Amino acid sequence: MTYAGVAGLVEEKVAHGETTLVVDPARLVEACAALRDEHGFNFLSDVSSVDYLGWSDEPISGYWGGADGRDLNSPGTWGLGRRPAPKPKRFAVNYHLLAIRSGAGEAARVRVQVWLDDGETVPTVVRVWPTADWHEREVWDMMGIRFAGHPNLSRILMDEDWEGFPLRKDYPIGGEPVRFSGEE
Amino acid sequence: MAIAPEKRRAPIYEGSRIPQPIPSVLLVPEELRRSDDILEVNFGPNHPSTHGVLRLVVELDGETVVGLRAVIGYLHTGFEKSMESKTWWKAIPYAPRMDYLSFQANELAFVMAVEKLLGIEIPPKATWMRMLLVELNRVHSHLVWLGTSALELGAISPFWYTFRERDRILDLFELVGGVRMHTRYFQVGGLAEDIPRGFFDECRKFVETMPSAVDQYEQLLDQNEIWLKRTKGVGVLSAADAIALGQSGPVLRASGVDWDLRRVEPYLAYDQVEFDVPVKQNGDVWDRYKVHMDEMRESTRIVDQSLEGMPGGAWIADDRKVVLPPREELHTSMESLIHHFKLVTEGFRVPEGEVYLAVESPRGEFGCYLCSDGGPRPWRVRFRAPSFVALQATATLMRGSLIADMIAAVGSLDTVMGECDR
Repeated sequence: MTYAGVAGLVEEKVAHGETTLVVDPARLVEACAALRDEHGFNFLSDVSSVDYLGWSDEPISGYWGGADGRDLNSPGTWGLGRRPAPKPKRFAVNYHLLAIRSGAGEAARVRVQVWLDDGETVPTVVRVWPTADWHEREVWDMMGIRFAGHPNLSRILMDEDWEGFPLRKDYPIGGEPVRFSGEE
Repeated sequence: MAIAPEKRRAPIYEGSRIPQPIPSVLLVPEELRRSDDILEVNFGPNHPSTHGVLRLVVELDGETVVGLRAVIGYLHTGFEKSMESKTWWKAIPYAPRMDYLSFQANELAFVMAVEKLLGIEIPPKATWMRMLLVELNRVHSHLVWLGTSALELGAISPFWYTFRERDRILDLFELVGGVRMHTRYFQVGGLAEDIPRGFFDECRKFVETMPSAVDQYEQLLDQNEIWLKRTKGVGVLSAADAIALGQSGPVLRASGVDWDLRRVEPYLAYDQVEFDVPVKQNGDVWDRYKVHMDEMRESTRIVDQSLEGMPGGAWIADDRKVVLPPREELHTSMESLIHHFKLVTEGFRVPEGEVYLAVESPRGEFGCYLCSDGGPRPWRVRFRAPSFVALQATATLMRGSLIADMIAAVGSLDTVMGECDR
């Protein structure tokens, strides 16, 4: 199957046996609807977001590899390793799609990926797959990525009045606002 | 005594029942809202029937549910964030602890995702033992589901019977891993330890008695008039709605979709064992109950075949950059000592990349998305929790139902809140 006709397709990558379609966020809904209707991806498994803040700032030592796994013949030296390849923008949102056909012999999966900077919005896909409702709310809650047109974009795991987005890389572990200090 | 199953057939709905515009929230119609007869009731966060802390805000017109919204997050403990600061192998114990019922399936998903990034082959003995344990775990999870669901609908006896078998499974887990739950027995590359002597005999005894135990549960419930009336035609979900709402596992199969990741994406050695995928057509609580019962039988079959087909040999891959060297070598080999030290202090490094790996957990598609920058710690870990997705369907299930059916319907989704909130 070829994905060349998908709207807004920027890049198609294959790694670890998984196909990733990088899509222009402005045309995401169009691309998703085409994948659902023409390619049969009627099931949205998951929406996961990644914060790449600080990615490739520090070199990483050890055994390097690509899509085929590690290359044990050419290890980077411990302590003076390579830097991972830089990413185009700070945030990535990944939509993991699955094609379900009752009684089908095998499964087909594809990952749709959009890249965003802080403050940029991405259109909601709730009207393509209703299950995106809570997934997108979780991404907003944890990463602070806004989904334009979402019918109910509010916090889902954290409190309504929570400050900050816990899964961002600049949010500390155990980070909690101090409500009272010793002097008061 | 028994009532004929045909009497209360599941109603057939035209089109989708998913609420608009918010798929997970049932909004009270405006004309009803004005009538001033709407009563808002809070179920939870602490309610005995929710298996955790789930809050359902229900709006009632008499006894009919006209508005519903599920509130989650009370058990959010930041598993995904915590795992980012652990080395890969120290992150393994986090994965099973999200769910006290299907811990091994969750552990398996994480370990297999790491192995996928590493591109490491695991020995056949580890593959088959993993399959055996995961299937035992599925029986364990279904047993607790059955016992507690029946309890919620007023049947106390099945609870005692199911916990009898559940305890035998936990004893088997204790035999292999030393603890009853959250065994952390799966290691990247295979198993943490060899299978202990005597395990196969004990497991064989369990496999021989389990099918008759499932028959016994069905004898308790199948002819029970209260059980039949409370489950048939209740909490109906159509196949199209189930797919649109991302339902998976027993919920999807009860709605008539023949879909099982063990069959369509065979991992471990599922393509080498024989088993049937139970599928039912009505999508009500009764069908979900039946799917769970049949799955227990099928899982027992897989355990039986795993015992027969269990290969010998190594239980963990021989890859010194990932796997701890054998203990006895540490006294004689400098190289092994260095590897041991490096692995324990720094951990192993996983090549840069991202993977999504899904397994068929007792609740459905349990996915693990991993992103690595090539370092010794995960850059990002994300779990696709089937319980989280299942709870989105509550509004669709409860549309126009009676409040009393809510316990049966929400219970039949088989959710564990620890996994849902992570």
